[in-house]
Amino acid sequence: MTAVATNTKFAVRTGGSRQLAGTGALLRLALRRDRVMIPLWVGVIALMVLSMPGSLESVYSTAAERADVVRQLATNSSLRATYGPVFSDSIGGLVAWRIGVFAGVLAGVMSLFIVVRHTRDEEESGRQEMVSAGMVGRRAPLTAALLAAFVANAALALLITGGLAGQGSSGALALGLGTAGVGMVFATMAAIVAQLTESARLAKGLTGGLLGAAFVLRAAGDSASEDGSHVLTWLSPIGWLENLRSFADERWWVLLLFVAAVAVQGVAAYELTGRRDVGMSFLPTRPGPAVGRLGTAGALAWRLQRGSVLGWSLGFFAAGAAFGGITKGATDLVGDNERTRDIIERMGGQSGITDAFLATMAGMLGMVAALYIVQSVLRLHGEETSQRAEPVLANAVGRLRWASGHLLIAFGGSVLIMLLGGLGLAAGYGQDLGPILGACLVQLPAIWTIGGLAVLLHGVSPQAALGAWGVAGAALLLGWIGPALELPEPVMDLSPFGHLPKLPGGDMTWTPVLILTAIAAALVTAGLAALRRRDMST
Amino acid sequence: MTKAITVSGLHKSFGKTHALDGLDLNVETGEVHGFLGPNGAGKSTTIRVLLGLLRADAGAAQVLGRDPWSDAVELHRQIAYVPGDVTLWRNLSGGEVIDLYGRLRGGLDKARRADLIERFELDPTKKGRTYSKGNRQKVALVAAFASDVDLLILDEPTSGLDPLMEEVFQRCVEEERDRGRTILLSSHILSEVEELCDRVSIIRKGVTVESGSLADLRHLTRTSVTAELAGEPNGLGRLPGVHDLDIQGRRVRLQVESDKLDAVLRSLTESGVRSLTSTPPTLEELFMRHYQDEVAAEAMSR
Repeated sequence: MTAVATNTKFAVRTGGSRQLAGTGALLRLALRRDRVMIPLWVGVIALMVLSMPGSLESVYSTAAERADVVRQLATNSSLRATYGPVFSDSIGGLVAWRIGVFAGVLAGVMSLFIVVRHTRDEEESGRQEMVSAGMVGRRAPLTAALLAAFVANAALALLITGGLAGQGSSGALALGLGTAGVGMVFATMAAIVAQLTESARLAKGLTGGLLGAAFVLRAAGDSASEDGSHVLTWLSPIGWLENLRSFADERWWVLLLFVAAVAVQGVAAYELTGRRDVGMSFLPTRPGPAVGRLGTAGALAWRLQRGSVLGWSLGFFAAGAAFGGITKGATDLVGDNERTRDIIERMGGQSGITDAFLATMAGMLGMVAALYIVQSVLRLHGEETSQRAEPVLANAVGRLRWASGHLLIAFGGSVLIMLLGGLGLAAGYGQDLGPILGACLVQLPAIWTIGGLAVLLHGVSPQAALGAWGVAGAALLLGWIGPALELPEPVMDLSPFGHLPKLPGGDMTWTPVLILTAIAAALVTAGLAALRRRDMST
Repeated sequence: MTKAITVSGLHKSFGKTHALDGLDLNVETGEVHGFLGPNGAGKSTTIRVLLGLLRADAGAAQVLGRDPWSDAVELHRQIAYVPGDVTLWRNLSGGEVIDLYGRLRGGLDKARRADLIERFELDPTKKGRTYSKGNRQKVALVAAFASDVDLLILDEPTSGLDPLMEEVFQRCVEEERDRGRTILLSSHILSEVEELCDRVSIIRKGVTVESGSLADLRHLTRTSVTAELAGEPNGLGRLPGVHDLDIQGRRVRLQVESDKLDAVLRSLTESGVRSLTSTPPTLEELFMRHYQDEVAAEAMSR
């Protein structure tokens, strides 16, 4: 007995030659489980990038036009904050400017999801225990998760490089590698964060928060500097992607930053995983009260969601304040340039460049709030599939009461975070509190419509519930890149956000607001009616 | 005596799988009713129908005189449920969950809660993930036994409990019965069922194959007989209902269908009996007959 214990200790201390045993099998398992998710992520991101050259060519057909717009873009700090600086007036350069930051963010989200899913999620569910009881080395699960993320990012890099090669192969390679680089930085970051907490949800939230911070850092840096040289930009991995200068005399050495960050974070994650008990975290779980005060299904729902509501609230206020702070720069734009004015006005939907910028930001917050509402509504789905809803419903709690607690937090929470986002925006901008709050709150009917769709999908079938993410994602995508692509009106109208009045500055029209609110209410009612009728998933 | 649960001809399909195929179940008020069957027989599906979590495709079910689907909420005020695999919220302590469940079903006996926590040796301050399997079961058991309900539905409630805690569980069930409560107990621990249950129902492939008191069921099955005889055994093999006959000199071992026991005993006394042990069938044997005898079971379910 003693001899065995000593041997085990020795193996841990020296790293042991079998620490990676089973990695191959686990990687195959991960890729098999993600056979739909990874191709979908990679496909959507690549498609987004590869659709850019065609649409940009149609908007700016001549080199002179492009040179003109680039001159204007370079001097506009608010546009730089959203998209990053522009380094070249070639089609490739414009593609990298328009989509690079967005693709990098999405690659980061994809990567952190993959890594947390195959590490902390597995431990939290208890599945890891059974796997680790096999011939599986201590570091094999983490290695397999990182390799799965690597496979996804490598595929993305390959598609971008191949697809954009026509615009210049070295620029295409730089953009592909940079995007994948951002992905791997957040993959290794997730590998560390996932070991700090016992909750996969919290691990995703925290890493997502760090990703948001990276976005805000580079947005602040870019608004202050025309060529991405600000120190804040250099602090953000997403800023590195810009500073690679794809299609504009690439600075290849920037890739070393990605390599270094991945290596440092990877080593840290490996060190942690070698010292940690399976299923345990470095932030210990504190004991709770022996006697509880929770007494209703609604109180339980609030208890389960309050951390997430707090996180979103803080995030929205901070993002609002950051965007508000750079709004003044929007007025720096030279007023006589038709094209640039055009783009912003299409996004904001009216003239008056400051109003248009504020409207754009309010719309952006609204579309991100749609992600909040979907996540919050889908708590119902999570509670049901994890079998925690079953014993609750076996008490004197009807399905409607069980669901309504979560829905109140979802729909009420969307009001709260939009209010806070608006307050932040107004605080950062320093004036116009009333109009800005109005602009943020007018987004709510569209947010609720997407939330209502999530309620309906979950009510009809738990398998369909996750489709709500697709709806929110599509709305976000349409809203973010649709205006620049000059997508036709009917396509833009697919998103509920396309119908909202453009505030501040535009006319307040109540018809679409009321109609969307009615649609949302109808969707929720239908969803709840369906939930009452169907079997609970077992 | 009124019925606490009546189920007749219950059908439930999931796609092509027929989980329940005309199941019947009758539980009298105030009894402890054992609900037995192999894995996948449809026990948990039945229980979920009784809780109104699933809607039956066909057949009738009544729990405490109510419809479990349409009267779910009112009905659940009088029901406590313990699943076989308790999942807790990561960030809620065991004590919080116990009190939550208590309030959700309309009240909890504080003194009994404290007593049960002590007897089950549960630490109520730990949080969801840090409980072992057995301790998670205890959280649900304390919540169920401390609540003021008429019917307890227990679905393999003791999985993961150690033998000492199993003992505590059995005492708790007896106390509940003494207080006049009805208990439906689904279990694979046959000694537990034998100890606690007044009547049992055995189901297989979504159909009830046996139902009745243990004494009734024993009647249908075989008794094992071991005898030391004075003379050579004579003609035992020709008697109807005798199985697994094993004769070694004057020592005889056999199994006999319980209603054919008389003839065997007559034949044995003819040879002269020196010693005799006769063991009534254990529930386990009863059970094995239904589980293993594939052909017989197929015939029965047809």
